[in-house]
Amino acid sequence: MIAWLPHLIVAPILLPLLTAIVMLLLGDRRRWKAAINLGSSALGLVLAIALLGSVHSHGVPAVIGVYLPSNWDVPYGIVLALDRLSALMLVLSAIVGLCSVLFSLARWDRAGVHFHPLLQIQLMGLNGAFLTGDLFNLFVFFEVLLAASYGLLLHGSGRARVQSGLHYIAVNLVASSLFLVGAALIYGVTGTLNMADLARKIPQVAQADRGLLHAGAAILAIAFLTKAAMWPLNFWLVPAYTAASAPVAALFAIMTKVGVYTVLRLWPLLFSAQAGASALFGADVLIYGGLATLLFGTMGLLASQHLGRLAGFSTIVSAGTLLAAVGFGQAPLTAGALFYLLSSTLAISALFLLVELIERSRQAPSVLLADEADELPFPPDPLQPAHDVNLDDEQRVVIGKAIPASLAFLGLSFIACALLIAGLPPLSGFLAKFTMLSALLNPLGLGSPGAAAGMSGAGWSLLVLIIGSGLLSMIALSRAGMRYFWAPQDRLEPRLRIVECAPIVALLIACVWLTVRADPVMRYAQAAAESLQQPSQYIDAVLSARPVPNPPALTTIGEGSR
Amino acid sequence: MEVVVAAAIGVLTAAGVWLLLRPRTFQVIAGLSVLSYAVNLFIFSMGRLSIDKEPVLEAGVPQDLMHYTDPLPQALVLTAIVISFAMTGLFLVMLLASRGLTVTDHVDGDKGDV
Repeated sequence: MIAWLPHLIVAPILLPLLTAIVMLLLGDRRRWKAAINLGSSALGLVLAIALLGSVHSHGVPAVIGVYLPSNWDVPYGIVLALDRLSALMLVLSAIVGLCSVLFSLARWDRAGVHFHPLLQIQLMGLNGAFLTGDLFNLFVFFEVLLAASYGLLLHGSGRARVQSGLHYIAVNLVASSLFLVGAALIYGVTGTLNMADLARKIPQVAQADRGLLHAGAAILAIAFLTKAAMWPLNFWLVPAYTAASAPVAALFAIMTKVGVYTVLRLWPLLFSAQAGASALFGADVLIYGGLATLLFGTMGLLASQHLGRLAGFSTIVSAGTLLAAVGFGQAPLTAGALFYLLSSTLAISALFLLVELIERSRQAPSVLLADEADELPFPPDPLQPAHDVNLDDEQRVVIGKAIPASLAFLGLSFIACALLIAGLPPLSGFLAKFTMLSALLNPLGLGSPGAAAGMSGAGWSLLVLIIGSGLLSMIALSRAGMRYFWAPQDRLEPRLRIVECAPIVALLIACVWLTVRADPVMRYAQAAAESLQQPSQYIDAVLSARPVPNPPALTTIGEGSR
Repeated sequence: MEVVVAAAIGVLTAAGVWLLLRPRTFQVIAGLSVLSYAVNLFIFSMGRLSIDKEPVLEAGVPQDLMHYTDPLPQALVLTAIVISFAMTGLFLVMLLASRGLTVTDHVDGDKGDV
């Protein structure tokens, strides 16, 4: 039992990979694939929670699991490192992935052959990016998740998807090129790609090379910030996320968070306060870029009428808030940001799923929708289940059964999403924003005298923007809610399936759970943030990992068995 | 030699960026390919340029970087080439799909001036 426990760290990468391989071998058997996908995603969630438990159970000092996949010495081979932050992200991506699979079972997985394998590959890329401790390996996992996301974005085909997909791919290919240039420059200066080793070597870089190192880091950051949707690198996001099918868009809600994660992982590690002449390099870019993103996202929210665009701009608002909060480099603020990351990702994911159900329930679609609906590759009335739906399958029995008061369900879920995204009480969005504001006002801890007087201009701007964007998103979302739910119009009773409602309910329940259990979650986030601000723990843990010695010579084993 | 390599990378990058900003999808894909050549050369050059040195160990040669070229960037370049080749192929499919759906090869699918 104990002997294979360290190997669990690599399981979140291997499990989706093997699942995808098995599913590719299954060919056209969609129901098998769906069952395997669901099972594997659920198992992935259990695994992620187990890893989170193993990281957290050991108490106060940061426990960092280090795994050497090829069993080489540390700065030379690839390293996987599991700390509180990566465990948290693993759980988050597993939850979102599972809900996305569940939702797709209702009808979207029929729109293309390879939906299930692509989704698993996407999860593999996400998990790998969260776990890896090597810069080039991070690039490879980025490419894995991007390649899968290209396929998923196009899932369902249609003009809007192909067009926005074209832009999405072009932007991401350029970003990948920049990633390579940045990683190569950093390697050229420091001679290593291992993140922990890099952090150790950056303070020792010669003064003449420091400009080159900073240039490399800045180019690398452009690649990350493109993924994290920082203004002005985020114009690809809204069209792509709006065009994507609902389960895919829900999964994409975590894709921008990968960019934020890499910033959170690398920036405090490489340019910590102890990094000598490079200390806190680029903090202003993060703070002001995040503020600009927040402003841009809020303006976009106010300007959009279409629900999908509202969800897209909410993603940008959330990314901007996170980037700006991370840029301050203060543990309490980062802890609040981590809590906000959880809450906002779950809420936006639920909103993307909800958007499709709400749009479908409307009888008078807008022009945008008509353009899309014409080109759906399945019959225009997919709400009537086909006669060949298998009734003996447990899940299929309930398909097509109208949930009573389905409209009430849609309305209530929409209100919950709006409250979460705008950050109003009583749900977790409020707690997250409140924590961030409180950390901004009391950077030295609650009740320290004259703390607010020492706040910088950027701190005040973030404070004002967080509150202001909450108000404006509430206005935008409630306006959309009135148009969709209160406007008198002839509409059919929307027919929802349980498999479609279950993921939304699950995501919202997760947010309610975050609210009720805010204390332990917040403690966890604080521990994660504090260990991020003390990179020496991470560096020591990774660099002290030793390869497993070779087994004793085969002859002795042979003699023993004889 | 450094000047030649640097100039090559510079010219490729400039050409790639220029093509990337053109309105036709084919020009964009050509730009992306050229850009990826430039990036590959750049990674390669980050292992320092050296003549007549090998990246793999040989018997009888002292094992230090005075006598070998750095093998790591070469391995990285291989990975980068494979990935960028695959991505270019995928982009090509997108290009054709977009051409089929919009009956134009403009990147925005417009029928404006191309």
